[in-house]
Amino acid sequence: MPGTVQAIERAAAILRTLAGGPGRLGLSEIARTLDLAKGTTHGILRTLQLVGFVEQDRVSGRYQLGGALLHLGTSYLDINELRSRSINWADPLAARSGEAVRIGTVLEGQVLVVHHVFRPDDTFQTLDVGTLLPLHATALGKVLLAYRAGGPAPDLPPFTRLTLTDPRALAVALERVRESGWAAEVEEMTLGQAAVAAPIRGYGGLVVGAIGISGPVDRLCDSRYRPRSRLVGYVRDAARAISRGLGVTR
Amino acid sequence: MTEKFVLAIDQGTTSTRCIVFDRRGQLVSLAQQEHKQYFPRPGWVEHDAMEIWRNVERLAPRVLDRAGIGLDQVAALGIANQRETTVIWDRRTGLPAGRAIIWQDTRTDAMVHSLAASSVASDISDISGLPLATYFSGPRLRWMLDHTPGLRARAERGEVLCGTMETWLIWNLTGRAQHVTDVTNASRTMLLDVRGLDWSPRALDFFGIPRAMLPEVRPSIGGFGTASEAFPGVRIGAALGDQQAALFGQTCFTPGEAKCTYGTGSFLLLNTGTELVPPRNGLLSTVAYQIAGAPAVYALEGSIAITGSLVQWFRDQLELISTAPEIETLARTVTDNGGCYIVPAFSGLYAPYWRSEARGVIVGLTSYITKGHLARAVLEATAWQTREVVDAMNVNSGLTLTTLKVDGGMTADNLLMQMIADVLDVPVVRPLAVETVSLGAAYAAGLAVGYWPDLDGLRRNWHIAGQWMPAMDPAVRAGEYANWRRAVERTFDWIQPA
Repeated sequence: MPGTVQAIERAAAILRTLAGGPGRLGLSEIARTLDLAKGTTHGILRTLQLVGFVEQDRVSGRYQLGGALLHLGTSYLDINELRSRSINWADPLAARSGEAVRIGTVLEGQVLVVHHVFRPDDTFQTLDVGTLLPLHATALGKVLLAYRAGGPAPDLPPFTRLTLTDPRALAVALERVRESGWAAEVEEMTLGQAAVAAPIRGYGGLVVGAIGISGPVDRLCDSRYRPRSRLVGYVRDAARAISRGLGVTR
Repeated sequence: MTEKFVLAIDQGTTSTRCIVFDRRGQLVSLAQQEHKQYFPRPGWVEHDAMEIWRNVERLAPRVLDRAGIGLDQVAALGIANQRETTVIWDRRTGLPAGRAIIWQDTRTDAMVHSLAASSVASDISDISGLPLATYFSGPRLRWMLDHTPGLRARAERGEVLCGTMETWLIWNLTGRAQHVTDVTNASRTMLLDVRGLDWSPRALDFFGIPRAMLPEVRPSIGGFGTASEAFPGVRIGAALGDQQAALFGQTCFTPGEAKCTYGTGSFLLLNTGTELVPPRNGLLSTVAYQIAGAPAVYALEGSIAITGSLVQWFRDQLELISTAPEIETLARTVTDNGGCYIVPAFSGLYAPYWRSEARGVIVGLTSYITKGHLARAVLEATAWQTREVVDAMNVNSGLTLTTLKVDGGMTADNLLMQMIADVLDVPVVRPLAVETVSLGAAYAAGLAVGYWPDLDGLRRNWHIAGQWMPAMDPAVRAGEYANWRRAVERTFDWIQPA
């Protein structure tokens, strides 16, 4: 049996102490209750604070459970917050790639588009923020599926003849996404259209969204229908820059 | 050949940022450092100019490192700065004579009131293009000279120098070689003859400012020397006030083009060409930019004191949201404002009212109102305040705004952008660069050294990243506007003369 991680046990004990305590608790109280060194306790509390599981009262310096704990079951990053933190990096991605950029998160088994940057050619385009897209037939969706616990929805409707409708084929594709760190979509949603996407990660490496570009197949792919590596590089760079801003250190 | 880049220093109210841009005008790297805000008394707001300079020194290697480039790859440096913030320092030691007094500071209120009684006051407004108000640097300089023992005599002997933040930074960047300002910053002092573009002897006399302490006025785009500190060897090609920089970054080079920057406060600037349009309806006339060897281009400006800061208030004082972007999430939990309006006249109203005695109100409260309605009213306040400024601009300039170019942090709020399009009944357009303040400084600096060939070259970099089309029923718009105006009237005359 693999060993246990002591720091996580201690963090869990601190959370239980805070949950059971009569309101806010001070550092010394928590350390005393658990018979831990103050320095150790402080280190764990600061980490828990960083991920939003613990909050510190500004005036008294005492600790309580953080709001993020309440939202564990749902998306922990507000979608408007995600857009706000991504906007500076989505624009350069559109400029460098020359293609439209979209950022998506999961909403009830679909991709919710939370940000959209027009293809920078000044043609008439319409913002599709708020639009829902299928998870299995889009690059954004495949990224979101690949890093999600539990399997994809059992029902995989076809959009074109290239849509992955076989659960096993989709599972293989998702495994490849996890290996390579990006996903592609070539005429799987719309004929003549392709897309590339990469994961946006928050604290602890948790995938909180996906960013990608989309456009005509002949612009996005080479003659063998594979996304051009230059464009894949731009997408991954943008995803990493946003992730860094969200607190990912890798 | 190694690729070259342009660097911008955006010396703002809460932080200083250094940003590297590429030839497409796209952000390559960014480094940012906040500085301390000092509130020694109610209405007083100060910065430590030395801390700000140290931050620039600290950010310089960081931003180059993040871009993975060396100093030899920086073609030029441009500065955009918080306007009207003023500092006095010792020419010999380089130490500030006190903290910088920032644009939000209202300590000169009583002095401005007594100066306004003078028969010359309206002439000074004509010369400078600005109404006599605490907002500008001239009264602030006078206050410092009056309240710091011995400072006036030292100023007359030329022992101390003064300037706005770009002047302070350039003096330090050039190893104390250049004591200069640009026309846009100078146009916010009330000391500049806004047509002749040099210090006005009458204005200096009116405010009692010794000329010896003032920097030399230069075109915004040209030469400010070469840095020997922080970015040694890099040419300083441009300096602009932050709002003028945003107008430049939005490539509003033609009369009739306008932009609104949505930040803590919001600033709508309309290019009026090489002729100065006398301001009316609470608007200001200001220099938009001047390229060395060419005539200055002017702008009308409408400023709104409280927009993003209302969202901050909602977050920090009411604690109804935990981050600013969550205001949109909360506002979308309801479909309208439920009859509730918030007028954020926290320190009076700016354009088009300029009423310092007004204070904020929340009206239309009923037991039906939820925090979602309040969140909506917060965002609508920014939209309606924009509408009032646009109306004043259209009347004043004789031009009709057909599109509003927007930038600033609040443009990430899609609901707000849609509201603005709805209440203005014109398309709202976000360009492919939200950091237009820094971009404008970079564009101006790059233009000065030939990194970009001309204004058309810059225009080709401007692309639409997002657009919101008006979709509000005209009858609803008219009714809501009437309600908003009734709400505004309820803020008037709240502060009574003591």
